[in-house]
Amino acid sequence: MTEDWRAGGFGVYLHWPFCQAKCPYCDFNSHVAASIDQSRWQRAYLAEIDRVGSETKGRILDTVFFGGGTPSLMQPDLVAAILERIRATWATSNSFEVTLEANPTSVEADRFQGYRDAGVNRVSIGIQALNDLDLRALGRMHSVAEARSAFALAQKVFDRVSFDLIYARQNQSLTDWRAELREAVSMAADHLSLYQLTIEDGTAFGDRFARGRLPGLPVEDSAADMYFATQEICEAAGLPGYEISNHARPGAESRHNLIYWNCGDYLGIGPGAHGRLTSGGQRYATDTPRQPGAWLQQVETTGTGEVAREQIGAPDQLVELLMMGLRLRDGVSLARAQGRCEKDRLLLKINELHKIGMLDTSQNRLRATERGRAVLNAVLTELYDAIT
Amino acid sequence: MTELKNIRNFSIVAHIDHGKSTLADRLIQLTGTVAERDMKAQMLDSMDIERERGITIKANSVRIEYPARDGETYILNLIDTPGHVDFGYEVSRSMRAVEGSLLVVDATQGVEAQTLANVYQAIDADHEIVPVLNKIDLPAAEVDQVKAQIEDVIGIDASQAIEISAKTGIGIPDVLEAIVHRLPAPKGDSAAPLKAMLVDSWYDAYLGVVVLIRVMDGVIRKGDRIKMMKTGAVYGVDKLAVLKPQMVDIKELGPGEIGIFTGSIKQVRDTRVGDTITHEKKPTANALPGFKPAQPVVFCGLFPVDAAEFEDLRDAIEKLALNDASFSYEMETSAALGFGFRCGFLGLLHLEVIRDRLEREYDIDLITTAPSVIYKIHMRDGSEIELHNPADMPDLTHVDHIEEPRIKATILVPDEFLGDVLKLCQDRRGIQLDLTYAGSRAMVVYDLPLNEVVFDFYDRLKSVTKGYASFDYQLIGYREDVLVKMSILVNEEPVDALSMMVHRDRAEARGRMMCEKLKDLIPRHMFKIPIQAAIGGRVIARETIAAMRKDVTAKCYGGDVTRKKKLLEKQKKGKKKMREFGKVAIPQEAFINALKMDS
Repeated sequence: MTEDWRAGGFGVYLHWPFCQAKCPYCDFNSHVAASIDQSRWQRAYLAEIDRVGSETKGRILDTVFFGGGTPSLMQPDLVAAILERIRATWATSNSFEVTLEANPTSVEADRFQGYRDAGVNRVSIGIQALNDLDLRALGRMHSVAEARSAFALAQKVFDRVSFDLIYARQNQSLTDWRAELREAVSMAADHLSLYQLTIEDGTAFGDRFARGRLPGLPVEDSAADMYFATQEICEAAGLPGYEISNHARPGAESRHNLIYWNCGDYLGIGPGAHGRLTSGGQRYATDTPRQPGAWLQQVETTGTGEVAREQIGAPDQLVELLMMGLRLRDGVSLARAQGRCEKDRLLLKINELHKIGMLDTSQNRLRATERGRAVLNAVLTELYDAIT
Repeated sequence: MTELKNIRNFSIVAHIDHGKSTLADRLIQLTGTVAERDMKAQMLDSMDIERERGITIKANSVRIEYPARDGETYILNLIDTPGHVDFGYEVSRSMRAVEGSLLVVDATQGVEAQTLANVYQAIDADHEIVPVLNKIDLPAAEVDQVKAQIEDVIGIDASQAIEISAKTGIGIPDVLEAIVHRLPAPKGDSAAPLKAMLVDSWYDAYLGVVVLIRVMDGVIRKGDRIKMMKTGAVYGVDKLAVLKPQMVDIKELGPGEIGIFTGSIKQVRDTRVGDTITHEKKPTANALPGFKPAQPVVFCGLFPVDAAEFEDLRDAIEKLALNDASFSYEMETSAALGFGFRCGFLGLLHLEVIRDRLEREYDIDLITTAPSVIYKIHMRDGSEIELHNPADMPDLTHVDHIEEPRIKATILVPDEFLGDVLKLCQDRRGIQLDLTYAGSRAMVVYDLPLNEVVFDFYDRLKSVTKGYASFDYQLIGYREDVLVKMSILVNEEPVDALSMMVHRDRAEARGRMMCEKLKDLIPRHMFKIPIQAAIGGRVIARETIAAMRKDVTAKCYGGDVTRKKKLLEKQKKGKKKMREFGKVAIPQEAFINALKMDS
């Protein structure tokens, strides 16, 4: 039980909080800055690696993920210095995966080789749409042609390449999306992240939507049609959905993201980076200041980027296990779930959801069915009710 | 004690919005009864709901001192009567306490149905009536036509009508003079044994029950031992005061005077409106005739959305009932809704007012079940049952026939909307009794089943006539008809809160409409939900809510866990605003909205 995280693995997440421009749909912790002192950031990242390293001595590291913001704005030297320190801190597993999120502009593609040399072996490219008009509507700074050449270059440079698309965009029909997705799967990536456009509060799209200025978004039924078409087309192309929005050739799944979904341990380094850490038999949630300046200053003056860590009790651990694990086609192990709850109430609810075709409990695993995954929020609300 | 010849007691008869409260405010202001800085609009409407809706619910009173042009100072007592059809019975009672009425008619609108109902009550009470035309400053005022209408429709002389604008103050001094010179002084004998009428009573958190009285004969003083002749209860007069409109202590009240007393009375239920108050030691020989207590005519169940709030609801209802003897309640258990109360009201507005107060003043979210009237169920064995709740409908094999209450509805409406009004009444199983014209307005009188009126008749009337119709009704008795109990089944389970009695010929249309409404009001679930309307075992209407197909967060990574967990907590709280029926969660507002009819 205390070593439960091992079922998920151990990774490091590094947050680079800067972008060249803020996309109107994005609610991530990203900022636009005129100038960035990369050496100052380097010192802070390295200090944080040292700090969390001393707390996790002897562990074997499975993955590193550079997320953002736009990590492809980092100098390759900075990435190299960070990875060097990481390798000096932990032993790495045989399948060590280092992912970096990249935007497909030509400037950023020019750094690909440098990242490769620094130790990055997987990139996830934010292509978002295969149609120039929609790219502009999404506030992206690249064209389809640029994206395609960046992708082609990445395929030459890195072992593994994934790219993102956003669907259920304004005025996008099911037929449009089917055509675009067929084109995407023909590009021979081994991994695709396909996200339904979500209108988040506090974004430009959120404001526009609230004012009724974002017409043409699909209603529930057409969104459902697009989601199911996505599953079908990817499956047929040999890229089955292994998670709600992620599709991969078997073996090409994102190892780092699987740590999240399997509730492993991950260290969050950088402004606004969250972590989960098992220490002294307890599981903790860690957090850092969201603002880049505040984080830098805290690391420099107090020697830690962390704000108060919170212990996660057994019921909350179970909530997280189900919330994350049921996103996976493989679901979660029943034994892992049962260790943490008052069994009867949850089992009753699981049975009920099984009866209406939302959950499956074969082979000692708890899985959401294909229909269940499409309405996972409702499934989770029910389960949450039974746990808390 | 004031001399009888210097007292005038009166009420104001007016339709909603015709300016009754504004006129009262002006009279209070012009006579300096309330200091300018303490004036607020609608002085006499003390409840928030009264001010907001512009209606008077409880009778209230104010004593005005007026130095008239003849050099004498007069005491004018205004009793403000409720202005809504639900409270018509209270109006008739308070009118017995005064000798005259001002009939206020909006000169831009003319006579309305409620004006009519209330003025007839004033005539019944032998009032001297002074017609007052308000809003004469507005360009749309039609003074001559409205005067003619008063004479045609009501049948009283309008040649001496006073033309005023309560808003600007034009004509207010003439109103005060008319009260003094055209209304009669009260009669009474101060040497006779005490005889006072209990006009109204209300609960005050500091004073206990406050009793509004009108002295007929004799004198009441602070410290007296008085007896309520109907209930036999004896109290000491702890406080004696007049209302200006705030309480001002007074030593004694003589014949013709109006004031309040308190006497450690615990609840309003201990007092009977219309009861005679006399001295314990030297009682009067002739009690006043008294009144029947107002009877609730509309019933519904009130249940807390969150079952854990049942005790809070009980406390709140008990507190409200302290001040409103016309509202009845008893505990009710529903298979689906758990514990709640079956409550009786004077009408739909009364229901809404009580529900509003429970939700607002006591912060309890409520589920209101379908309003019902009292049906008389005649059993095969000759016995008779009063059915207040469709859930209690006995097995049909034992029922011989059912009677339902009918009303006489009077509607005044401009010509152009007459067709729509007739159609509405016809659709609601109405029988036309009369149709006459007064100028460009029609007066229609219908015999209607009360159960067709309690849902949303008034709302529909307002909407088809763009607000130009006025409506009043009185109960006229019971009549046999073909009534059936219609059940609503959600996911194959009957939802007793939605079952209702309905005429057989209307059942199918009604059932179809309810099913269509519920289809939109109940959110999609993970499974499809059949909604059915049924009479006995026979399904008469059916709709299906499709299963939810897509509701999943697109992105959920390490940084999202904490936030998404909070979202689950929020959704759990949102679910508490719904009640579960079997596996289906029905939102609170669905119960009320499902009952609204579109035609």
